[in-house]
Amino acid sequence: MEIMDKLALYFQFPFVRYAMVAGILIALCSSLLGVTLVLKRFSFIGDGLSHVAFGATAAAVALNLTNNIFLVLPVTIICAILLLRAGQNAKIRGDASIAMISVGALAVGYLIMNIFSKSSNLSGDVCATLFGSTSILTLTRASVWLCAGLSMAVITVFLLFYHKIFAVTFDEDFATATGTKAKTYNLLLAAVIAVIIVLAMNLVGALLVSALVVFPALSAMRVLKSFKAVTICSVLVSVSCAALGILISILAGTPVGATILAVNIAGFGIFSLIGLAARSG
Amino acid sequence: MPQLSCRDLTIGYEGKTVVSGLSFDVNAGDYLCIVGENGTGKSTLMKTLLKLMPPMSGRITAEDGLSSNQIGYLPQQTAAQRDFPASVKEVVRSGCLNRCGMRPFYSKPEKRMADENMEKLGIAALAKRCYRELSGGQQQRVLLARALCAARKILLIDEPAAGLDPKAAVEMYSLIKKLNDEGISIVMISHDIAASIKHASHILHIGERYPLFCGTVSEYQQSDIGRKYAGLGES
Ligand SMILES: Nc1ncnc2c1ncn2[C@@H]1O[C@H](COP(=O)(O)OP(=O)(O)O)[C@@H](O)[C@H]1O
Ligand SMILES: [Mg+2]
Repeated sequence: MEIMDKLALYFQFPFVRYAMVAGILIALCSSLLGVTLVLKRFSFIGDGLSHVAFGATAAAVALNLTNNIFLVLPVTIICAILLLRAGQNAKIRGDASIAMISVGALAVGYLIMNIFSKSSNLSGDVCATLFGSTSILTLTRASVWLCAGLSMAVITVFLLFYHKIFAVTFDEDFATATGTKAKTYNLLLAAVIAVIIVLAMNLVGALLVSALVVFPALSAMRVLKSFKAVTICSVLVSVSCAALGILISILAGTPVGATILAVNIAGFGIFSLIGLAARSG
Repeated sequence: MPQLSCRDLTIGYEGKTVVSGLSFDVNAGDYLCIVGENGTGKSTLMKTLLKLMPPMSGRITAEDGLSSNQIGYLPQQTAAQRDFPASVKEVVRSGCLNRCGMRPFYSKPEKRMADENMEKLGIAALAKRCYRELSGGQQQRVLLARALCAARKILLIDEPAAGLDPKAAVEMYSLIKKLNDEGISIVMISHDIAASIKHASHILHIGERYPLFCGTVSEYQQSDIGRKYAGLGES
């Protein structure tokens, strides 16, 4: 009862409600492309991109931009496309170029923050961008609308291209050979992944982003066998973990991103056990 | 006019020639078998025909109206799809994708065609099963059903019998023959020369760097190389 009262009290504050809405939307669309990311070896790109997004955020801080998403989003999308191109180019190893871009962005971002930041709590700022922080609780109404709009765009693209994404992820050669423009869809996927990463960074911070995208899909894949079932299940898992994580972090005062991921890890454990039981039973 | 025609084709990877001097036609209703030893470039030729990679020189022309969304393809088994969570039905239906254009979902007739093709290949009962948990032979049938959904005119098949037991291989070959009898042109890679001679109408035999033979089956059986290899196949 005490917990309920405490929650009711917190939910009277608009910023808590905003945080909940934004968190659920972000969790929903970040889980949609989880399977694709895991199986297409895009997870490296996801990781690299989150570092790029960190660097761009640092630059936005240095430039004193009020809404840094207008810098971070385009930069991340461009890098996503560049990384994808590099991955397809057999002459430069994809992994190496990803490592170059991502670690480079991390270093430059930290440097920029150090040189330009006027904040007295620099390491606190860096930590917040990397691991997420209370930032989700300081969302304004405008940024919630922005989150909602971008999430709707991601969901719409996913629904419209669901079968194409399946075909291109499952067997790119067959798709290309039989007349599906796999290259175009790969570019689309890269752009959508960039949007998702920038969105999710608001929730859990740059370093934890790819985990947020990948964990629900990995959990669902432990138990379920079809693409549709795995997709639906990972959305449900992701949304429940995010909601639970946000509630816990509000009540216990823990960092939002890390709490959501801890809940996701617990979820993965449960699904692994169910998967093992199903296989042996 | 032939459905597919190659003139003086040279194929290879990044400047390294694998085979050169390939010239042949595939006419509507043909059953062309590509034979040759491992590593002579059969799969490379098929990927080039499918425009998955560019030819190093020479020309591939397709008949007017044969665009890639009328081609079916059964790839040589790869490990790439090993962990993918996909049901048999989802995989087979994905063959219909090239009929959809910009439409985001499959139409009723497309779904029905996927069901019919699963029926035809005897995998209807597996529709809800997970693709990665099937046996090699079952997976091969699923991929063939998918290829059939995509193939309106021509079907390119890379070693359909690899990894199958002898009985399943015989079944696979007679299934493909049946499809050919129904009017779909077949281009198939195989190193089972006896089976190729039995079913195909034309043979392309690729040797190291150059094609050794290209013509009809009866010409092949009379040629020196044909007698040599067909003899090997029968013994
Ligand atoms: N992706 C690749 N890059 C470079 N060389 C390759 C590649 N794939 C195959 N090769 C080479 O091309 C030759 C022909 O291979 P392939 O077409 O697969 O032969 P086959 O299908 O007739 O057994 C082989 O020598 C092989 O080493
Ligand atoms: Mg081969």
